[in-house]
Amino acid sequence: MPGLTDLLFYAFAGMALLFGFLCVANPLSRNPVTSAMFLVLTIVSLAGLYTLLHAFFLAAVQILVYAGAVMVLFLFVIMLLDLKEEERRKIRGITLGLGALSVAVIAGILIRAVVAAEPLAGARPLLDGGTKELGRSLFTLYLLPFEVMSLLLLVGMVGVILLSKKELK
Amino acid sequence: MDAIYYLHPTTQFVLFSLVKIVLAFGITLTFVAYAVLAERKISAWIQDRVGPNRAAPFIVNYLPFIGPALVRLGIFQPMADGLKFLLKEDFTPAYVRKVYFWLAPALTAVPAFMTMAVIPFGSTMGNPNNPMVIADLNVGVLYTFGIVSLGVYGIVLAGYASNSKYPFLGGIRSSAQMISYEIAMGMSVIAVFMVIGDLNLSKVVAYQGGGIHHWMVFKQPLAFFIFLVAAFAETNRLPFDLPESESELVGGYHTEYSSMKFALFFMGEYANMIAASAMMVTLFFGGWTFPWGGGAAASLWGGLAHIACFIAKMLVLMVVFIWVRWMFPRFRYDQLMDLGWRRFIPLAFANILITALVLAALNH
Repeated sequence: MPGLTDLLFYAFAGMALLFGFLCVANPLSRNPVTSAMFLVLTIVSLAGLYTLLHAFFLAAVQILVYAGAVMVLFLFVIMLLDLKEEERRKIRGITLGLGALSVAVIAGILIRAVVAAEPLAGARPLLDGGTKELGRSLFTLYLLPFEVMSLLLLVGMVGVILLSKKELK
Repeated sequence: MDAIYYLHPTTQFVLFSLVKIVLAFGITLTFVAYAVLAERKISAWIQDRVGPNRAAPFIVNYLPFIGPALVRLGIFQPMADGLKFLLKEDFTPAYVRKVYFWLAPALTAVPAFMTMAVIPFGSTMGNPNNPMVIADLNVGVLYTFGIVSLGVYGIVLAGYASNSKYPFLGGIRSSAQMISYEIAMGMSVIAVFMVIGDLNLSKVVAYQGGGIHHWMVFKQPLAFFIFLVAAFAETNRLPFDLPESESELVGGYHTEYSSMKFALFFMGEYANMIAASAMMVTLFFGGWTFPWGGGAAASLWGGLAHIACFIAKMLVLMVVFIWVRWMFPRFRYDQLMDLGWRRFIPLAFANILITALVLAALNH
């Protein structure tokens, strides 16, 4: 049923945009916990989009890792620091400039990626996004980026241990 | 009944799915109610008490023999409990954060029921095109882990919404505890799926279909042990019930809750136990297959027997959950973290490595 898929796409895409907006610029609440919860909803909507693309593994991992672990730690930190509701601050020129610059760079990368994928050339045959296909391409085609990412994560972990054990020197 | 097979396949699928969802939901809810009774009765027997033995609708007392026996077993207690929760005053303290206070109990109960969707609770009812699983996902187990990981939000938000000290501490504790033990749990089942070679839970059951000697619990005993202990931590059951530990935190994350909202936390805990037991039956005890093997059922009665077999295995694990609660004292928080991070996670990694070596040796 192509009609249903289209409908679901628009529903999930709209939800992702709406919740993403409410996460960063909620007109009703400046509470950091509310922002974090809207980020969770954004992540869940993105997982819905992955499911529509038949990338089931990616969708499951999106929920498991981002919604289930990373965001729980976000909440943990927000609650431990006991952040009060943020007041509406005046936005300084340099912050605005840096923000605009980073958004422009990320948008450029995204547009390039979308153009490179040739969305108008017609749909490619769907590669079933199961674990076997993903594992095979990770360990053959994308082996170098995969290993570089693993190294990066390892460096991050070593850094955390070094920071938390500072007094043992 | 045959008229149903002349319908369009999509209509058939929707109809069958609806029936399965309603049945699975209703049966799980009934089990939740009677799991509470089982908990109270078994704890009473362990501590040499009698447990609930008074609740009786007035007609029952006039039944000869059966009536008093049922009353003594406390069969009517869950109904009385449910009625009590519904009729009690639903008190919302003035200082709570209202939206999250209302949201948290629902967020605890809903994920627990959602995990039941991918668990194959029976073979077929005679029609091979209609397997007894609500959603036969290819990434079944990842779905379960994803949903289970969302369950922690209910507890964390309850602690935050209550806006007072003890619930807050409970919420903080639970967020760290759940994440730690999710890692151990996820790592322990990797070895299981390496042996089976498929993440689909129906394939997992099919792999163990040959009889009791094919069950994963004998091939991966270490993985089962880690999964079992992690399941206690994930469901906040007693050796690891630190988010609510009543001797330190009054009632933990649900201190400020009353009546039906409190009951939802309570039901969520038992539904989580049922989901964890169902997962363990599927992963380690052959799911719906009989201990002597045999494939999918060819008739309605065979299908019902498979479902009964699944439920029987699940009930044994539920009794283990309850039994453990009344046999062990609570861990200290640092002991809990130590056990998770410095014992179970390295053990699970070692198990993965050994399994990989054995599999590689067998394949050459």
